[in-house]
Amino acid sequence: MKLKVRGVTKKFRSKNGALTALEPIDLDVQAGEFVCLLGPSGCGKSTLLNIIAGLDQPTTGEVRVDGEPARHTGTDRVMIFQNAALFPWLNVIDNVAFGLRMAGVPKIERQETARRFLRMVHLSDFESAFIHELSGGMRQRVALARALALNPDVLLMDEPFGALDAQTRDLLHDELQTIWSDTHKTVLFVTHNVREAIVLGDRVVVFSARPGKIKQIFTINLPRPRQIESYAVVDLAREMMTVLRDDVLTSEREIEQAVLRHDLEAQIEDGMRATFREVGDDVL
Amino acid sequence: MMFFRRWVANRWTRQIVFFAALLAAWQAFAWIGPLPDYVFPSPLGVAQSLARGFQNGTFILGIVASMQRILIGFGISAVAGMELGLAIGRIRLLDETVGSLVLGLQALPSICWLPLALLWFGLSEAAILFVVVMGALLSITLATEAGVKNTPPLYLRAARNLGARGWRLYALVILPAALPAIITGMKLGWSFAWRSLMAGELLYVSLGLGQLLNAGRELNDMSQVIAVMLVIIAIGLAVDRLVFAPVESRVRERWGLQG
Repeated sequence: MKLKVRGVTKKFRSKNGALTALEPIDLDVQAGEFVCLLGPSGCGKSTLLNIIAGLDQPTTGEVRVDGEPARHTGTDRVMIFQNAALFPWLNVIDNVAFGLRMAGVPKIERQETARRFLRMVHLSDFESAFIHELSGGMRQRVALARALALNPDVLLMDEPFGALDAQTRDLLHDELQTIWSDTHKTVLFVTHNVREAIVLGDRVVVFSARPGKIKQIFTINLPRPRQIESYAVVDLAREMMTVLRDDVLTSEREIEQAVLRHDLEAQIEDGMRATFREVGDDVL
Repeated sequence: MMFFRRWVANRWTRQIVFFAALLAAWQAFAWIGPLPDYVFPSPLGVAQSLARGFQNGTFILGIVASMQRILIGFGISAVAGMELGLAIGRIRLLDETVGSLVLGLQALPSICWLPLALLWFGLSEAAILFVVVMGALLSITLATEAGVKNTPPLYLRAARNLGARGWRLYALVILPAALPAIITGMKLGWSFAWRSLMAGELLYVSLGLGQLLNAGRELNDMSQVIAVMLVIIAIGLAVDRLVFAPVESRVRERWGLQG
């Protein structure tokens, strides 16, 4: 088993007392498997992904990678964020080579590697472009190349295509499926789009909201490559939606309590900031 | 007629006409006005002073002396201010203590440090440098601190996830992320340093542009005073246009902040 999530919970403190973001989560992911985490906003799926990445700490429970506890973030599990999180002070190729630079790879070698992965995501012509010159889809491709350049075993993708238009997203679905089958990475992919989850996933782990927990796991046996508009995908999505409908309604009601939600987000952000201060204190 | 209209529509034309008119009015007032030449010099007199000052080398010496001071003072401020701002921006304890001290001291015009500086360092270069550093250091510190605090946490998460640790996280992520704010702080710091230096040189006599101003007053030579003022303006503008503006526009282009 590549990834083992055991009894992971996450609680945030808020003015109204403790807020449970994740109920105990158990999840096993095999090497080379593509697992989608599906659920409504605020169900804790992104929180779980951040914990697996080692960027957040679970309140209880643990994550094991190849049997070893993974408490800190590491380049064996690289994250791809929703808004790409590319560095605007670096051009495209330097962004892709960033992780290699941190790993101490010499310049010529890391540029070569970066070029290879830029070719893989079809952005060879843009290696010296600035980040703001790229479209949203191009940015996600650069982020994908930046992650792949480190040759991680596990790719963690946090709604990477959530902000893209439909055509770009479909194109990136095709490319991601090709890259995944060529590189045999283990992928955890967070999304709130049922059809996206079915197109990409070997398994779809459905979360329910507030507190976040695993509601059901679907195994997707459709042949690949899958198309988002194919009947098989649409039918399966409808089936899954029926199962999930009541939960989405509950979640909608929850979201109406916008104050609470805002509070949760503020808490999460505070939590992040606190983490970085701790890191800063360590260094100085 | 068309030509004339286009000519008037040009921004440069309007500026040239304005400044020419200003000079003409000045010259006219100097000729027909009631004030004697040593109180209200004509632009021609100022131009002569300017030429004389550069020919006999006093202006050159003054410029070199002042530029030396400001380069050293600003250099110290830039390096120390960036490190201090980085530390305050990252470490809560320093933020609560040194951070509020810096904020308080920023309210004090740096020339107010001169009496203390003269007491501590005597009539020396060190006293003037101290005043210059106090002028630039604080604003560079505050700008760096703001830049560091406003860095999206997402950059740091991504960088750590990609293996950035320790000094590299600072040198290759946190500092570059704060760069636009730091450059603004440098610009502000430079203009504070320049003002402090001139004030310091005026009050404490030693070779420099401020001292040339004072010498003009003592010799009742207002055309020299105005000539030196023009030199000071020219240097201030030149540094802003030739040093800071290109750096700033490069960063803005890179970040996509243009327009």
